[in-house]
Formats: sequence, C-alpha cells, structure tokens
Amino acid sequence: MSFRAENLAFAYGLHEATFSLPTTGLVAIAGPNGAGKSTLLGILAGLRSPYKGSCTYDGREVRQWSRKDMALQVGFVPQSVNIEFPFTAEEVVLMGRTVRTGGWYESEHDRSAAKQAMSITDTLAFRGRDYRSLSGGEARRVILAAALAQEPHTLLLDEPATHLDLRHQLDLHRLLARLAKTMLVVAVTHDLNLALQFADQVLILENGKKVGDGRPADVVTPTMIGGVFGVRATIQMAQGRPWVAYGAESL
Amino acid sequence: MTRAVKPAVWLSALFVIAVAVLTPLVGSTHIDLQRAFAGESPDHEIFFYARLPRVILGLLSGAALSVTGVLFQCMLRDPLAEPYTLGVSSGASVGAVFAICLGFHSTGIASLVGAGTVLLIVLGTAVDGRRLSSFTLLLTGVTMNSICFALILFLHSVASFTQSFAISRWLMGGLDAVEYSTLGWLAAIVLVVCVAAIALAPKWNLLSIGGEWAASRGVSTTALTLAGYVGGSVLTGIVTSLTGPIGFVGLIVPHALRLRLGADHRTLLPCSMFLGAAFLTLSDTLARTVIAPAEIPVGVLTALCGGPFFLWLLKSKRQSLW
Repeated sequence: MSFRAENLAFAYGLHEATFSLPTTGLVAIAGPNGAGKSTLLGILAGLRSPYKGSCTYDGREVRQWSRKDMALQVGFVPQSVNIEFPFTAEEVVLMGRTVRTGGWYESEHDRSAAKQAMSITDTLAFRGRDYRSLSGGEARRVILAAALAQEPHTLLLDEPATHLDLRHQLDLHRLLARLAKTMLVVAVTHDLNLALQFADQVLILENGKKVGDGRPADVVTPTMIGGVFGVRATIQMAQGRPWVAYGAESL
Repeated sequence: MTRAVKPAVWLSALFVIAVAVLTPLVGSTHIDLQRAFAGESPDHEIFFYARLPRVILGLLSGAALSVTGVLFQCMLRDPLAEPYTLGVSSGASVGAVFAICLGFHSTGIASLVGAGTVLLIVLGTAVDGRRLSSFTLLLTGVTMNSICFALILFLHSVASFTQSFAISRWLMGGLDAVEYSTLGWLAAIVLVVCVAAIALAPKWNLLSIGGEWAASRGVSTTALTLAGYVGGSVLTGIVTSLTGPIGFVGLIVPHALRLRLGADHRTLLPCSMFLGAAFLTLSDTLARTVIAPAEIPVGVLTALCGGPFFLWLLKSKRQSLW
C-alpha cells in the first residue's frame, strides 16, 4: 500500500474519506467542482495540514514525513504555476532535481535526468525560452517535466490535461498509463473517458464525501454520472473501447 | 542554471575590486599616496580617515541592500519589493528622528532600537503558530511602514528649526566616514548573512516560484522565509542606522541583473552582492566630487544615475516581458 486514508477530513472540502491506494497503477479522482478533489490531492502531497483522521504514506502519517523525505518519494503537479521571474523552461525543470542534487550545482546525471524528462514531455524544443512566454499547454508540460525530473515513486497531478491540445492530451494519457506500470500515478481529472480507459482505480468525490471507489468499469456508470454530475450519459463502445457519451441536456 | 553563469560572477567580483581600489584615490582634494602611506598630514588623514572608511561603508551597504532586495523580491514573489518594503528601515528612521528630537548627539543606537522593535512587531504579528505566510509578512511590513512614516511626520512637525534640518538631512540618507571598529562589525555581519544567503541559493530558486512549489520539492518554506526576513532585516536595519535610507540600490541592482543574467539565484545573489557594492560606492564617489566641496545626497544620485540606465535596459530587453 502507498497511501491509506481513514476517516480523513479537512477544515473545508473533505469529510471522513476512507480508501487505500496501490503502490503502482493509475488512480483517477473525479467529481464535480468543489467536491474536494484538489484538497484531497494536497493532503496526499503533504501540503494541507492539519488534517483530521489518518492519512499514511508507506505506513507513516503524511504529517510526520519531513519535506525532504516526502519530496524524494512524491512528485506534485499543481493546477497552474505562475512565475514572476525570468526562469527558462529548462531551469524550471532542473529545479525538480534540487532535492536530489544535494550540492549547489547540478551534476551531469541531474542534467540528463532533466533532459530525459523534457524529452518525454515534448518540451525540449523550447528549453531555453522564458517560462512566462510559454503557452498554457507548453507551461503545463514543463511543470510535468519538473515533477518527472524529481524521479518520484508516486506522482500526484491536479487536472494535468488542462490547456493541452488533443495530441498532447493523448500523449499525456499514454505517458501516465506507461508510468503507472512502475509507479503510483494519482490524477485529479474531469475527463471520465480518461478514467474509464486508462485508470486502474477511480475515486469519485461529491461534496467532500467519497461516493465511488473501485475499478473504472464498476464506478463510471450512467447511474453514477447522472447521480453525481446531474448529466445524462451512456457508455458506448468505440474502436473497441468503452466510451462515455454525454446527453445534450442535463437531468 | 546554464553553465555560462560563472564568468558573470567572476567579472562582477573583479569589477568591485577595481572600484574598491580606485575610488579612494578620487576626491575633491588631490592626495599623494606615498605621503598618505608615510603618515604625512593631511594626505594620511584624508586617505585613511575620510575616504577609505567611507568607501568601505559604501561597499558593505551596497552589498547588503542589493542582496536584501533579491531576498525580499524572492520571498514575497513581488518584483516591486525592496529592502524598505518590510518596515525595518522606517523603524530605524523613527529611532533616529526620535534621537534628534531628544537632542542626542548620536542617532546610531536609537535607530538600531527602532529597527529591532519593528522587526519584533512584524514577526509577532505575521508568525501564526508555526506558519509564516509571505502575504501576511508583506501586509504587516507595509502597515508598519505607514505607522512609522506617521510617527516621523509627527516628530518632524513638533521639532525645532535646527532639529527639523537635521531630520531632513538624515532622511535623505548618505554615507559618512565611520570608525574602523564599526566597519569591522558591519563587515562581519554583512559577510555572514550574504554567504549564508548564497549558500541557500538553490532553495531561493524554488521559493521564488511559490510556497507550494518549494514545499513539494523538499524546502521547509516557513523556516526559509523566516531566515530571509530576519537576515535581510538585520542587514537593512544596521545599514540604515549607519547611512539613513538610501533608495533604489535594493530595487534596481537585482532587476538589472535579472534582465541580463536571468533569475537563477546562484548567479543573481553573488552578482548582486558585488555590483550592489560597486554601484553604491561609485554613486557616492560622484556624490562627493561633482559639486565639491558641497555634496549631493547619494540617494539622489543612485536614482538619477540608476533610473535612466534601468529605463534603457528595459527598452533594450523588451522581449523578455518585463
């Protein structure tokens, strides 16, 4: 087990959630706006405290992990990162290495890890550009590369597909599925098709409560979508895969 | 984080050494170095007791102010932050103005007390349990500035004519020859804080992007913000107690260097330290020679020389979005 939560609650946005997550695999957290998804992800990342109840990572309470030890284990990709100062894309990615570098300057190994991370996120082409001049989608991929350069055992992502064009959304989903073979990837997402096709486990939150937890095919159903999101939906087969099709009108 | 950064650091170090060697030779009176080193009057006194301590004070103050500027801009994620944003220097000013109104001969200790008081008030207000948010720090500091400026205006309004003149002169800021023992203490504190700040440069990089960004990459953000605030405030408080408020150094040197060298604190901090020292010392050399034997307040010159240069830099680097 990696994360295990029991009666986990936060001052706002999350009540009494109990669940456990595997050490590898892709876990999708879905739910309407304000359901507590980002709060939950923040608690897992060790960034929201004090929480109530219990939330352990590798058997130890998240709040007892030191920042450094946690950063060696868990990479966090926030919804957006605004930067005030003129850092280049490559500098932002190399910052992911800081916790592993130890010294003042990066080693050759740090540089190759950063280059590798930039290569698989398709960001090498603008490595020298000022982060602030990047488009929304380019910036998202740079932030993802920074988390990958950290070489974590667990990756937490908050709506990683936001701002990405179609091709990069698909690339991202394939990348997450590939990473999930050897590590735990937890993604907050609004994309139920991503959850249905790529996830190994889906958590559904509504008004801060866990209302669904299990295999995607069991959780992502027309009944759940109608009940939680208030949207009429059907599951259809397209190109040999289940596909959520939404009705034109809400319920 | 490009490998081409190191030459910039060495070049700035060489530049500040050149400034340190050459500026004591410049002044309104011609002096003979051989006579100065032979202990012959008045060259000896002019060189060793008027110019040299003033140059050293300029180097140390310039280094302290621009390093503090970098740290405060980074911690607050606010490009407009400067050493005077967080209240400590206006606390020093209140102390000095109070001392002038009470008729004390020296303002040094009173302004240190003023700076220390503000530092403690800001910490007491902004630190909440074990947390310190940079936003609360900013609001507390700005509020303390307003309170201190009100106190200065009040004291100024009840001061006598001569006191009022002394207050105005103090508030203009300026470098003066001080005792070598004072310079020794100042040098020790400035060097310790600057070296510590430079050693933490990779962490400042993370913090300058954001609190959560830094926290999820292994940085204890509260401890680092606290260290930056206390370190920068100690430098600013001590420097202000010796020189009065000298504007612009802590704002413009870091920005000019970011435009040229980027935001990596491993380059930015050492270069700011060296070039801040050089900039203030050169400005002060101009201030004491241009209309000699009268002097221009050095804050006037830092703004008048630095401002147009910065505008030119902004225009020539417009593509970098500043």
